Amino acid sequence: MIEVRDIKRFYQVGDQEVRALDGVSFKIEKGEYVSLMGPSGSGKSTLLHCLGLLDRPSEGHYLIEGRDTVTLNEEEQARTRREKIGFVFQFFHLVSYLTAFENVELPLTLSGLPAAQRRERVEAALTRIGLEQRMDHVPDQLSGGQRQRVAIARAIVTDPTVLLADEPTGNLDRRSGDEVIALLEELNASGITLVVVTHDMDLGGRARRRLRLADGLVVSDESGPA
Amino acid sequence: MKLSDSIGWVSRVLLRHRLRTVLLLAAVSVGVGAVIVLTSLGDSARLYVTEEFRSLGTELLIITPGKSETSGGGPPSFMGATARDLTLDDAAALKRSSAIKRVAPMVVGEANMSYGARSRQAPGIGATADLLALRHWKLKQGQFLPEGDLERAPAVIVIGEKIRRDLFGADKAVGNFLRVGDRRFRVIGVLATEGRSLGMDVDELVILPVARAMELFDTSGLRRIMIESRSRDSLDRAAEESRIILKDRHQGEEDVTIVRQDAVVATFDTLLGALTYSVAGIASISLLVAGVLLMNVMLVSVSQRTAEIGLLKAIGSSRRLILTLFLMESGGLAFLGALLGVGLGLGMNGVLGTYVPADMTLRPPMWSLFSAPLCALVSGILFGLMPARRAADLDPIDALAGR
Repeated sequence: MIEVRDIKRFYQVGDQEVRALDGVSFKIEKGEYVSLMGPSGSGKSTLLHCLGLLDRPSEGHYLIEGRDTVTLNEEEQARTRREKIGFVFQFFHLVSYLTAFENVELPLTLSGLPAAQRRERVEAALTRIGLEQRMDHVPDQLSGGQRQRVAIARAIVTDPTVLLADEPTGNLDRRSGDEVIALLEELNASGITLVVVTHDMDLGGRARRRLRLADGLVVSDESGPA
Repeated sequence: MKLSDSIGWVSRVLLRHRLRTVLLLAAVSVGVGAVIVLTSLGDSARLYVTEEFRSLGTELLIITPGKSETSGGGPPSFMGATARDLTLDDAAALKRSSAIKRVAPMVVGEANMSYGARSRQAPGIGATADLLALRHWKLKQGQFLPEGDLERAPAVIVIGEKIRRDLFGADKAVGNFLRVGDRRFRVIGVLATEGRSLGMDVDELVILPVARAMELFDTSGLRRIMIESRSRDSLDRAAEESRIILKDRHQGEEDVTIVRQDAVVATFDTLLGALTYSVAGIASISLLVAGVLLMNVMLVSVSQRTAEIGLLKAIGSSRRLILTLFLMESGGLAFLGALLGVGLGLGMNGVLGTYVPADMTLRPPMWSLFSAPLCALVSGILFGLMPARRAADLDPIDALAGR
C-alpha cells in the first residue's frame, strides 16, 4: 500500500519556478488498479517519477507500506526501488545484449540473490507472462509485444509492492497493446497493485480507479466502472 | 550485487566491445612493457659495467698526471699550467711502498705495424710485466713482457689474437718479427681472447715494453700508472703513500690525480642508476598517456551507455554500485593490461637479451617488475574515477529518456 501526502515538486527553469506538482495527496491500497491521466504538462510524469523514487519531491511525504521514503538516503532509495517497485516503460528498456532470461534476472542480480534462487524466480516470472519458450532470445529476436512482456516479467520478478506502468502500450500496435493490457490486468487480478500512467482515455478508462491531473493537482478521483 | 556477478557483468561489457578492449589493453601493456624493458636495459648495463670494473679488482689505484681539482683563483704560475710528467722513475719509486703489490706504468698510442706485405693500424700499450696479472689477462701462446730493468727493455711485443690473424695468418707468430713504426719487435706472446675489456678490444691490441713504447709514440711522460695494493685494506695506505712519494719526487707539489678503482665503480653505479631511473620516468609517460586514453574511452562509453545506466538505476542500482561497476571496468582493463605488459616486457627482454654481450645478463630490476604494473593499475583506477563518477551521477529520468 502506498500513500502520498501533499507532495509538491518545483523546478527552476531560468528565473521561473515551475510547479510540476502542487500538493497531491492520495492513497492506493493493495491490489488496486489505478490509472493516472492528464494532458502533457499536467504533472503526471513527475508524479510517476516520484512514485518510482526516481525523483524526490520538494515537499510532502511518500509512504510505501507505511514507511516514509522522502527521508531515505540514496542507497536506501535504490534498495526500495529494487524491492518494492516494478517499472514498465513505454520503450521497454531491455538491455539489448542480454537474453530475455538475463534481462528478467537483472533486478535479482542487483539484489545479490544467489544464482540458483534467481533461476527459479526468473523461470516462474517468464512462465507467468507466457514466454518461457523464449528465454534465450535477445530483444532483437522478439516482437514489440513480447519485449514489453519480458519487461513486465522483469518488473514483477522481485514481487514488488506496486507495479508502475508508464504508457505501456504507447510504442505498440493495437493487438500487441491489447495483449499487454490483458497481461497487466491478469496480474492485477492475481493481487498485484497496478498503476498505469497514460494520456490514452481508452486505456485509462479501463482502470477501476481513475485519477486525473491538471496543472500539478488532482482534479478528479473516480472509482467504479467508467 | 555479488562480486562474482559484478565481475561477470564487467567481463561481458569488455567482451562485447572487443576492439575497444584490445586497443586499451595494447596501450596499457605497451606502457608497462616499455618501463620494464627500459629499466632492464639501464639496470643491466649498470650491473654489467660495475661488474666489469670489479672484475679488474677493487684494490686498484689509477694515477694520472695533473691535478683534477680546481686550483685557487690566483694568477697562473710562472711555470704555466702544464703538469709535470709522470716518469718511469716515478713508477719505480712507488714500488718502495710496502702497501703496493704491483705497479704498471702505461703509455697508449696508435701504431702502424706490418709483417711481410700485410700491414695495419692498431692501438698499442706500453706496459710492464705486472700488467698481465693486474688486468687478469691470459696468454694463448708464448709469454708476456719480461721482468727487468724498465729502461733497458728488449724489443719484444705481445699481440692480440686478431692482430695475429690479420698479420700472420697461417704463419707462426711467436718468434717472428713484427715491424712497428720503423722498428722491429720480436713477437713473444699472443693474448687469449677476452672480448672487450672496458672499451678496449684485447684482440686488437699490441703490448710492448713501456720504454720502447715511449720512444715509439715519442712521449716523455706516462699516460697513467696503475697500482694494485697488497689487499683491500691497504688500499688507503697505498694511495696515501703514493701521494707522498710522488709529492716528494715532484718538488713538494701535488700534481697527480689518484683515483680509486672502487670510486670509479661507485661513480658508474650512480651514473647508470640515475640513467635507469630517468628512462623509467620517461617510459612512465606512456603509462600516463595510456591512463588519459583510458579515461577518454571510458567517458565515451558512459555517454554511449546512458540508457543502460539509467535502466540499471531505475531498477534499483545505487550510485555506489554504478561507480563500482565502472571502476571495475577501467581497473580491470588496467589490470589485464598490466599483466600483459609484464609478459610483453619479459618477452622483449628475452629477445633483446640475445643481442647483448654474452657475459651481460639482461634482467629487469625487481622494483620495476612490481611498480610498473602497479602504476598502471593505479592510473586505471584514478583515470577511471571521473568517468565512473559521471555514470554514477546520471539522473535516471534523463538517462532513460536518452538525454
